[in-house]
Amino acid sequence: MADIRYTKEHEWVRLEDDGTTTIGITDHAQEALGDVVFIELPEPDRDLAEGESCAVVESVKAASDVFAPFAGKVLEVNEVLAEDSSLVNRDAEGEAWFFRMEPTDPEAFNGLMEEAEYTAYLETL
Amino acid sequence: MALSDVAVARTPLHALHVSLGARMVPFAGYEMPLQYPAGILTEHLHTRARAGLFDVSHMGQIRLRPRSGLVADAALALERLVPADIVSIAPGRQRYTLFTDPQGGILDDLMVANLGDHLLLVVNAACKQTDLLHLRAHLSDACTVEPLFERGLVALQGPGAEAALAALAPEAAAMSFMDVRPLDVAGVSCMVSRSGYTGEDGYELGIPQTDVVRVAEALLAQPGVLPIGLGARDSLRLEAGLCLYGTDLDAGTSPAEAALEWSIQKSRRIGGVRAGGFPGADRVLAELGSGAGRRRVGLLPEGRAPLRGGTRLFASEDFNAPSIGTVRSGAFGPTLNAPMAMAMVETGHSADGTRLVAELRGRPVPVRVAPLPFVTPGYKRNAKRTAA
Repeated sequence: MADIRYTKEHEWVRLEDDGTTTIGITDHAQEALGDVVFIELPEPDRDLAEGESCAVVESVKAASDVFAPFAGKVLEVNEVLAEDSSLVNRDAEGEAWFFRMEPTDPEAFNGLMEEAEYTAYLETL
Repeated sequence: MALSDVAVARTPLHALHVSLGARMVPFAGYEMPLQYPAGILTEHLHTRARAGLFDVSHMGQIRLRPRSGLVADAALALERLVPADIVSIAPGRQRYTLFTDPQGGILDDLMVANLGDHLLLVVNAACKQTDLLHLRAHLSDACTVEPLFERGLVALQGPGAEAALAALAPEAAAMSFMDVRPLDVAGVSCMVSRSGYTGEDGYELGIPQTDVVRVAEALLAQPGVLPIGLGARDSLRLEAGLCLYGTDLDAGTSPAEAALEWSIQKSRRIGGVRAGGFPGADRVLAELGSGAGRRRVGLLPEGRAPLRGGTRLFASEDFNAPSIGTVRSGAFGPTLNAPMAMAMVETGHSADGTRLVAELRGRPVPVRVAPLPFVTPGYKRNAKRTAA
């Protein structure tokens, strides 16, 4: 089972076998945003600080920022989203991943919320 | 935001919206449907393809009844506050106009219908209380000013609107764009205009408060009619090049700046039979001749990223140079299948085809000044001839 964690900004973060991470937005986030029409992704090799705005999701309603869950370097972005941003509405927590990232601190991932915590967090909103 | 601290009103259709699964949001003091489960994109495209029903009961309906009994006296009185020719609106017709302020800014935009023995105004939700005070302060000598704020208002819009309404009220088919008639719809006496704010053919129905649900349900029961929320209403009106008060129009914007010269008829212009006589007329009429220093234009950005309100515009990629304009309304156009915007730009940069640069999150996005509307309207301007 892949280890997946969540942020309060409604991102999911999957820890891969090689210690890198894959990041996207949660199903709750895509549901709240509505129909997504454009996604701006970070440049590969960009160094991100924790909490830095690094992607933008434009829906028919508004623009929303995506934040780096921890410090690290962008390895790769999902080019499919540039062609078909509505994939986020169809498969937010699967095929519609945003970017892959190498954490500066390998322990940073463990500081994020587990699924049960995120679900409980959603209940408070 | 603590919603409980804010008095949020509900329209007569509130329970129906909730039962239809609407996502309700506060808007202009009302709890209104932003979207239904279909979503904004689908609702928008459905309205352009078939028909959509919009609850616009939050807007203000105001009756002006002439004290003399002659509707022309109410029309003459209203011309003290608006630059349009109200006197020449024939019975059963309506016209778009603006309340102006002494500086020539726009206080609200509205529709005025001549209903034979009185005038009926439809004004924006956020402005209706101040509009009411404004009308009472300036017209009470000639008219009684009666707010009908409890009355319902729904818009049925789209190429399927005629068939849907005509199934309940056959006379609706013979109405032309901007005609206004009292019609019996599903057993309810409604005031129907062939108008709307989506760029599509359609109707607006003023309905007594207690009967709004019945009429709305009868319209939603017609084939092809779906409920549509405020989200799609905004993208539809922007594709149609129509102004939203508070965004594209405000007290800091004059009619010429807003490119609304067409709403000022010859009779009210310099040399006309009833020239001027409304607040700010000196400036407003002078700008019809000389032009204003800036102008509302349509913009088509390159790429897929929408430009939102507040985005600054430049003549080149040099963002240290002075900005030459600002986006007022911006969104993704579902029918256009591209981003679109309306902006206020310096007149020297307002010609169709002019290339400008928008500053989007610190980066340049090339944009082109484009004619409005972005999508060809479907108004039925001569229904009587085609329906005969």
